[in-house]
Amino acid sequence: MNRISQIFLRPGFSGQLAAATRAQRCWYSADAAAPPAAAVDKATLEKLVRTNKVVVFMKGNPQAPRCGFSNAVVQIMRMHGVQYDAHDVLQNEALRQGIKDYTDWPTIPQVFINGEFVGGCDILLQMHQSGDLIEELQKAGIISELLKAQQAKDEQDAKNQK
Amino acid sequence: MSKYDAKYLEDKLRARFDASHVEVSDDSDGCGGKFSVIIVSKAFVGQTLLQKHRLVNQSLAEELKSIHAFSQKTYTPEEWEKVQQQK
Repeated sequence: MNRISQIFLRPGFSGQLAAATRAQRCWYSADAAAPPAAAVDKATLEKLVRTNKVVVFMKGNPQAPRCGFSNAVVQIMRMHGVQYDAHDVLQNEALRQGIKDYTDWPTIPQVFINGEFVGGCDILLQMHQSGDLIEELQKAGIISELLKAQQAKDEQDAKNQK
Repeated sequence: MSKYDAKYLEDKLRARFDASHVEVSDDSDGCGGKFSVIIVSKAFVGQTLLQKHRLVNQSLAEELKSIHAFSQKTYTPEEWEKVQQQK
């Protein structure tokens, strides 16, 4: 038996592991109480949320999201084939506080379409499921890949019926 | 470590929104840092999705400072009935 599996089989290890997992999660929650930095001001943010039709403030970047909620938003945008600007708030505490103040919204990620705050992960997910996201994107002049796929399928079906 | 548990949040949300249904699940192994909630209330009638979520965020403004991960689903009684039928 190798050493690693011996460690796993050692009595009490699973308890230690569970405790370590809990401790780690609690440690993450502690960052909510980090000392406030001077927040990015409103005028700067007003420009920042309009640098692209879709702008996302998230933890990590689209290639490597560092939070499940941010990852969910990245995956939704990918499904719809949306090009967007992403800002990593973990790289910039002033931006993290600034955007929360700007939208009066307590959590990250935050999504903007056409400069308008749309919501966080829960709202994006719900809009994705209801089809509202396709409409919102369309208003901004973005044709969702999901819509394109649906239209292509409808055309194909129409042809087949002839 | 937050000092809140599922029962506390459930009671508070139920009272604040006069909710017909509240579900709170503690996804944090008891650490109190991660919750997901479902709230069904007449208070949400005529509100946009963003407005509903803002109402909930405001009602838990103090708590959300120490809750690290918070996920919510908000329904009017009518919407909730539809959701239940789809199950």
